[in-house]
Amino acid sequence: MNAAQDASVALRVDNLRKSFGSFEVLKGVSLAAREGEVISILGSSGSGKSTLLRCINLLEVPDSGAVTVAGETIRMEQARGANRPADRHQVERIRAELGMVFQGFNLWSHMTILENVIEAPVHVQKRPRKECIAEAEALLEKVGIADKRNHYPSHLSGGQQQRAAIARALAMRPKVMLFDEPTSALDPELVGEVLRVMRSLADEGRTMLVVTHEMGFARDVSNRVIFLHQGRIEEDGAPQEVFSNSKSERFRQFISRDAAA
Amino acid sequence: MDWNFLSETFLKLIGAIPLTLELGALAMVLGTMLATCLALMRLSGIRPLDGLARLYIFVFRGTPLLVQIFLIYYGLGQFPAIRHSFLWSFLREPYWCAILALTLNTGAYVAEIIRGGLMAVPNGQIEAARACGMSPLLMFRRIVMPLAIRQALPAYGNEVIAIVKATSLASIITLMEVTGVAATVIAETYRTVEVFVVAGAIYLAINFLLTRLIMLAEYWLTPYLRQPPAPLLVSAKGEA
Repeated sequence: MNAAQDASVALRVDNLRKSFGSFEVLKGVSLAAREGEVISILGSSGSGKSTLLRCINLLEVPDSGAVTVAGETIRMEQARGANRPADRHQVERIRAELGMVFQGFNLWSHMTILENVIEAPVHVQKRPRKECIAEAEALLEKVGIADKRNHYPSHLSGGQQQRAAIARALAMRPKVMLFDEPTSALDPELVGEVLRVMRSLADEGRTMLVVTHEMGFARDVSNRVIFLHQGRIEEDGAPQEVFSNSKSERFRQFISRDAAA
Repeated sequence: MDWNFLSETFLKLIGAIPLTLELGALAMVLGTMLATCLALMRLSGIRPLDGLARLYIFVFRGTPLLVQIFLIYYGLGQFPAIRHSFLWSFLREPYWCAILALTLNTGAYVAEIIRGGLMAVPNGQIEAARACGMSPLLMFRRIVMPLAIRQALPAYGNEVIAIVKATSLASIITLMEVTGVAATVIAETYRTVEVFVVAGAIYLAINFLLTRLIMLAEYWLTPYLRQPPAPLLVSAKGEA
């Protein structure tokens, strides 16, 4: 922890609030991810963990609070009583620095795997196509599906699709990777191959925010665990500390329930 | 069967095919542009625009094309404002009246087809596009439109065929397309059945080619709906 404190902050979230109708999902969440930190975000369904992740890249617009990526804060403004981004171009630029991996993969179905991976680098970041293809092929090699590069997403298994989606996110050379329950839509026997890829990314020192139900990953791979409960951070600490002696009664209940299941 | 007469009629009607195709093609191109605007108005979320598009679609889908053709051909000339405007040099021509009526009519139908295609684009794929920093325009061009076109193509094919057949109504306002020429031949010979059999066969042939073209386009655009390429004989054997 102490060594990590010297490293700069890759992502900061300050007092994030979000309501859907009268239901307040996030009740003021703050966290800072240092460079190279792997944070697992745990919590039962409805605790706001996915909403938190989606507020970071503004797929959901928070009602208040601030998101800062690599020192740059996303500017918000009030318009007709609602909070909204002040500068669309800034949001697009920052989104390109945040690699998002979805629960449902969300690969573009009309493009091959390789086309999926080079799409944003070529068209959003406007990098040379040749360079993007070379990099994409290396990434597909790394996630273990280089032989599938000319296949369409519908021809791949869920695990392969999710690994392709991870390669697509990595192709943007993101500063932070966001994972929204990346293994929840997978058959149990396919979970391992995706977790292995995520573990290798963690070992490389990538900054990662992982919303997950995989206790093994949270315990063994991440170097910090955050437990969300009813829109607030209930527990926050190194996995070995929080898993063995958490001060939070709710968190102890949460992990014991998981162990029983 | 009087084969001689049939082939004579066939040769006469063949000369009218270009006009039929021209009417159909122009109406389809202009109608699709109009329909795109209407569909975007419907989906804009802006009340007055949505309402206007709804009203337009309601009126043009709810009234017969023949009535629309009559109203445009006979009706517009009643307004001095139109007769004295530059539009009159177009609108006094039956050709442009037919194009206008077909365009306005097909625009209403295609608008709903396009709207359906756009709404069928999976939300997850849109979110993935937003999440990697695409601007709305880039996202529309690279993700939304290609997916919507694939969704809408079968229904659009129906409309293309419908409009080719609808061009026959242009004969009512003196245009000498396939049906117009057929009617003239009948007036000269009183041989209704033979002439219309030939005319019908011509429409059938045109639409046969069009359906093939649309199927081909679908085939090209949706490789992901087919079997994946089999890179290795071994794995292909294993799956069988």
